Amino acid sequence: MASNFLRLRKPYYVESTINCSSSSDQKLVNLSFGINETRNQTKKRQAKEHHGRRSCLDSCCWVTGYLCTTWWLLLFLYHCCLPFTAVHEVPELMPAARLKREGLTGIHPVVLVPGIVTGGLELWEGKPCADGLFRKRLWGGGGFTQLLKRPLCWLEHLSLHNETGLDPPGIRVRPIPGLFGADYSAPGYFVWDVLVKNLAKIGYEGKNLHMAAYDWRLSFQNTEVRDRTLSRLKSKIELMYQANGNKKVVVVPHAMGVAYFLHFLKWVETPPPMGGGGGPGWCAEHIKAIVNIGPSFLGVPKAVSNILSAEGKDVAYFRAMAPGVLDSGTLGLRALEHVMRVSRTWDSVVSLMPKGGETIWGNMDWSPEDEHVCDFSKKRYFRLSPSDNNVNNSNEKQVFRVKDPVKYGRIISFGKAASVLHSSQLPTAVLKEILHMSASRNFNSSCGEAWTEYDEMSRESIRKIGAADKAYTATTLFDLLRFVAPKMMNRAEAHFSHGIADNLDDPKYNHYKYWSNPLEMKLPDAPNMEIYCSYGVGIPTERSYVYKLSPNNKCKRIPYQIDTSVDGEDDSCLKSGVYFTDGDESVPVLSAGFMCAKGWKGRTWFNPSGINTYVREYQSKPPTSGIKSTTHVDIMGNIALIEDILRVAAGATGEEIGGNKIYSDILRMSERINLRL
Amino acid sequence: MSFLRRRKGTDSSKSQNLRCNIVKEDEKNNLYESPRKESYNSKKWSCWDSCCWFIGFVCSVWWFLLLLYNTMPASIPQYVTEAITGPLTDPPGVKLRKEGLTVNHPVVFVPGIVTGGLELWEGHQCAEGLFRKRLWGGSFGELYKRPLCWAQHMSLDNETGLDPPGIRVRPVSGLVAADYFAAGYFVWAVLIANLAQIGYEEKTMYMAAYDWRLSFQNTEVRDQTLSRIKSNIELMVATNGGKKVVVIPHSMGVLYFLHFMKWVEAPPPMGGGGGSEWCAKHIKAVMNIGGPFLGVPKSVSGLFSVEARDIAIARTFAPGFLDKDVFGLQTFQHLMRMTRTWDSTMSMIPKGGDTIWGGLDWSPEGSSFNCGAKTLRNNSINNTGQIPNINLANMKDVNYGRIISFGKDVAEAHSSKIERVDLLDSMKADMLANLTNCDIWIEYHDIGDHRIKAVADYKVYTAGSILDLLHFVSPKLMARGGAHFSYGIADNLDDPKYQHYKYWSNPLETKLPDAPDMEIYSMYGVGIPTERAYVYKVTTATDCSIPFQIDTSAEGGSEDSCLKGGVFSADGDETVPVLSAGLMAAKGWRGKTRFNPSGIPTYIREYSHAPPANLLEGRGTQSGAHVDIMGNFALIEDVIRVAAGATGKELGGDHRRCSPDGIPTVGGSKPQPHWHYDRLGAVAK
Repeated sequence: MASNFLRLRKPYYVESTINCSSSSDQKLVNLSFGINETRNQTKKRQAKEHHGRRSCLDSCCWVTGYLCTTWWLLLFLYHCCLPFTAVHEVPELMPAARLKREGLTGIHPVVLVPGIVTGGLELWEGKPCADGLFRKRLWGGGGFTQLLKRPLCWLEHLSLHNETGLDPPGIRVRPIPGLFGADYSAPGYFVWDVLVKNLAKIGYEGKNLHMAAYDWRLSFQNTEVRDRTLSRLKSKIELMYQANGNKKVVVVPHAMGVAYFLHFLKWVETPPPMGGGGGPGWCAEHIKAIVNIGPSFLGVPKAVSNILSAEGKDVAYFRAMAPGVLDSGTLGLRALEHVMRVSRTWDSVVSLMPKGGETIWGNMDWSPEDEHVCDFSKKRYFRLSPSDNNVNNSNEKQVFRVKDPVKYGRIISFGKAASVLHSSQLPTAVLKEILHMSASRNFNSSCGEAWTEYDEMSRESIRKIGAADKAYTATTLFDLLRFVAPKMMNRAEAHFSHGIADNLDDPKYNHYKYWSNPLEMKLPDAPNMEIYCSYGVGIPTERSYVYKLSPNNKCKRIPYQIDTSVDGEDDSCLKSGVYFTDGDESVPVLSAGFMCAKGWKGRTWFNPSGINTYVREYQSKPPTSGIKSTTHVDIMGNIALIEDILRVAAGATGEEIGGNKIYSDILRMSERINLRL
Repeated sequence: MSFLRRRKGTDSSKSQNLRCNIVKEDEKNNLYESPRKESYNSKKWSCWDSCCWFIGFVCSVWWFLLLLYNTMPASIPQYVTEAITGPLTDPPGVKLRKEGLTVNHPVVFVPGIVTGGLELWEGHQCAEGLFRKRLWGGSFGELYKRPLCWAQHMSLDNETGLDPPGIRVRPVSGLVAADYFAAGYFVWAVLIANLAQIGYEEKTMYMAAYDWRLSFQNTEVRDQTLSRIKSNIELMVATNGGKKVVVIPHSMGVLYFLHFMKWVEAPPPMGGGGGSEWCAKHIKAVMNIGGPFLGVPKSVSGLFSVEARDIAIARTFAPGFLDKDVFGLQTFQHLMRMTRTWDSTMSMIPKGGDTIWGGLDWSPEGSSFNCGAKTLRNNSINNTGQIPNINLANMKDVNYGRIISFGKDVAEAHSSKIERVDLLDSMKADMLANLTNCDIWIEYHDIGDHRIKAVADYKVYTAGSILDLLHFVSPKLMARGGAHFSYGIADNLDDPKYQHYKYWSNPLETKLPDAPDMEIYSMYGVGIPTERAYVYKVTTATDCSIPFQIDTSAEGGSEDSCLKGGVFSADGDETVPVLSAGLMAAKGWRGKTRFNPSGIPTYIREYSHAPPANLLEGRGTQSGAHVDIMGNFALIEDVIRVAAGATGKELGGDHRRCSPDGIPTVGGSKPQPHWHYDRLGAVAK
């Protein structure tokens, strides 16, 4: 370390002497010596004389050269010091190093299933504007530089066809296969890389580690129709199973990959042509465990705000900070409108809509999170042993409960009043009225070319929806969306369903649109399989929104936006128009944990063969540094999670790694949900 | 952090103190002699300033040019090229799309040796931070940064031919594995881009990447690569409506795929258990590009002394540079040690012995190839349509059969005049190695001076005796390789011993699968002098270097002699002689032979080499060189047509370097009778 310091000192010393000795016309450092004055005078004189002889260009060159040299010097020194720092960091980053010393080696092949937006996409065929981008990344990695270079072209190529949800004519954008696909979503922003590194430490490599990359823009069944992705995954799993001495695979899906893999489980056992024809025993034979990371089993409220107005918490904050930048069309940017136009062609977004309706997400006056306390700084979790299930500390929690429960059930409310008033005080049936009215949709398209679907709605109905003090629950929400985005919902609802099954034996549930909804499918008959729900808790997560009419209600504008002026009191759950609840910043605990905690627990309707489920929560500690972070994506670098995955991959069962590990209220939330099991 | 910052502060203030002392003195000086000094300063900057100015200037200009380059529309280079060379022809993909060709058969690429990328999965301390970075391929940056570490990680275990303990280097998978070898140096990229034009994409293209350092069977043992290829081909056939695949192996990939075809039908545990119908069911055509079916002489010189023509030439230009250990690098010894752990290099030792490659006084090529590049063009004008041996006067009969000779006189003398000391005798004579204390271990240090002398005394080696030579100088290596490869000719193919995997990659010791509907193409470049035989000398250098070198002083008598810089050249694609690339398709497998019992049709497609007309063409669209041929438009067109469903007959059957009516094809090569096929006709049967 000492030598390290010495080395660090050098540049400063060198630089400052340089500063001093160089008699340039740069500003001199003020010196606290009497000599100052004389020096300055000399300097001035010098500067005057120099001014005539040294042109501005010379000075510019000088400055550039100076900066470059310094930069290189620092870069060089940085690289010299790198080995020291690297050695220092590695052991902490690598739980695998410790586990390897314990004698752990990889036994079961591992399949990674990436989530939405984390997979890379590359261009295979494009319009002339995308010349020279053949097999270059459009999404992920360096692909985003294209966003800056030719934004419109980029957006055009990432859109799908508005009617079919498949490729637009003349454009082919395909997922990048293999581990390159999703190890980093942008340079330096790891997704899977840390996990892959750790797996490699205990012996994994290409033959027993597979990244099931898929085009995350498509609906799940369409990935098979267009790219044969599901067939490829099936063949890959079978191959890895055989090539590794008939060891079953451990699947690690993340975020939307969870729903994708649920879809796969059903697909693979269904007979062709709709399914993969693996036969009823396929999952039992090939899969040891599914370790779902940050699972969005029941959807995320974020998806609603995304579809409605292409914004989430972040965008709303940004708007509040710099009002006008996003909205001013002066620059011709209209970023949000473009984003909305593109993302509405992506069917997969619809798969993330809240599933289960009011039964799960709560109605106008009730929600399963009623007892939630929002002040996250005061909140304390108590580590519970799995035996005393959360009962002991319920009393302690009550202390923090101060006010009326937040009406989380109203996922979208127009105006703050609509989000807090009792349901009896709210007007009813507004939507139906509007729907009725616009049955004769004779809008005059004064906006010229239709930009988003909002342009096809009459101004009046837009205003009516927005003006009414109206709130929408997870069920009525769909009416709203069907109204504002009819094409998209039409297209996507052929691929996804968001209800709860009354009778799972109904033959209609053999259709693929039900396969990714855990409330409308049965798990496969594989009693030895294990399902883990691993997710972060303790971070405020978007749960419902307060909306308002956009002030800028012109053509080609999104007419609604989150009302960032609405704030609750200090420890309220309402901040800038968004109600928060417990979760991992993207997925609320309810969505991530409910199926493992209750829906599939034991032998239920949805889990007829009694597959074991485990809830593994990872608590966020206040200084969320990289290795302890539990936010939705950063959790992939969480050492506790990585350790769990490594142990499972090395053959441990759920009981052996400690069974359930619960910090949040998920069990009591689940109890409140009245679902036939 | 705050500690650091404080530290910084004190440092700078300290240095300010220091500095200001200096400044004080400076100022004093200035005050006293200010007029002179100022004028001096204002006239001339200090050296430091000038440096800064210069760097700044260069940087700015560079950025400016970069900016201009980036803002330049993409069509300008094309425009410039067109202005100089006339309108460009459409790339074959575009052309054929206009003809209405679309995706039909899935395509499998099998890359050759050294073109596939390798990445690190586990390494020693010195390779920290290189996890999943390319060691081979890409920029080769690590080779410069930490050469010894790099060589250590690229080596395999000397005994097993598998991973050394603690190191796992694995092939990169997917199309990225071999589309570009190094930045900007395409291998498969052009072909992929053209296939994409008619609709191919990831689901219909598969790069069968394998670790090209391992022996073929070991890729299955360690990585299950053969199983993966089998599973992927089955998947592609199943998901593309039962359309059979078109396989396109390149270079050593040709041998690898031969091995695969035997492996997949052999029963487990040695084989893949696909059954005897597998190839017939799954493969439409195998389009071998530049295939060294019968090995390449280059591999002999590579194993013998780690050099080939390129290195030998570099050595003549800068004598001593490569040999001296001034930098303590010992480049060659390291390289040799590394490449000798790679079993795969032994798959390309010439096969078939004297029968194929010629004996002491006989070779299938005879004297018919005219080596001088200049005369090659002249001849094409002079003797069009005639027998080319007119200027036989200045073409001595080349003894290509002698793959290694010690001394030029030996290479050219008649066999009866050469005195040879029997190698086997000397082998018995002295088994005592004199132990040298060289840092770097190569097998040469174990064998001792007597044996080195014995090697040189034997004087001439043909393809058959080369094997003895290699066994003699590097017994361990050959023992390892002998378990995986065989170089003979089978007497009786039904002998059960030929079920062993070591024969699978030798076309002279295997039967092709029973798949009469399959097609086999041999596609290769011709018209480039290709290394065929070497003149060696014993070096008198220090103990720790390789005792043999190509004798670069050995030159042919005239300008168009085949001997240049100690290397005899024959016709070929710069790496693989025509003999090796074409014999099997021309004769060995033609019709129903014992090597091809089901009568799989074979087609020869030769591509005449024409160097790129100007720099703008890059590596040319008519090149016939071993790797550059992957960008040859005619070849790409053939591949695309077959992938879109055409048969060999529809392509036009055999296409040799001259068209049937005797008019030379583009590229200025002279017409020649197809000597090798005719001569070898007698031999092969």
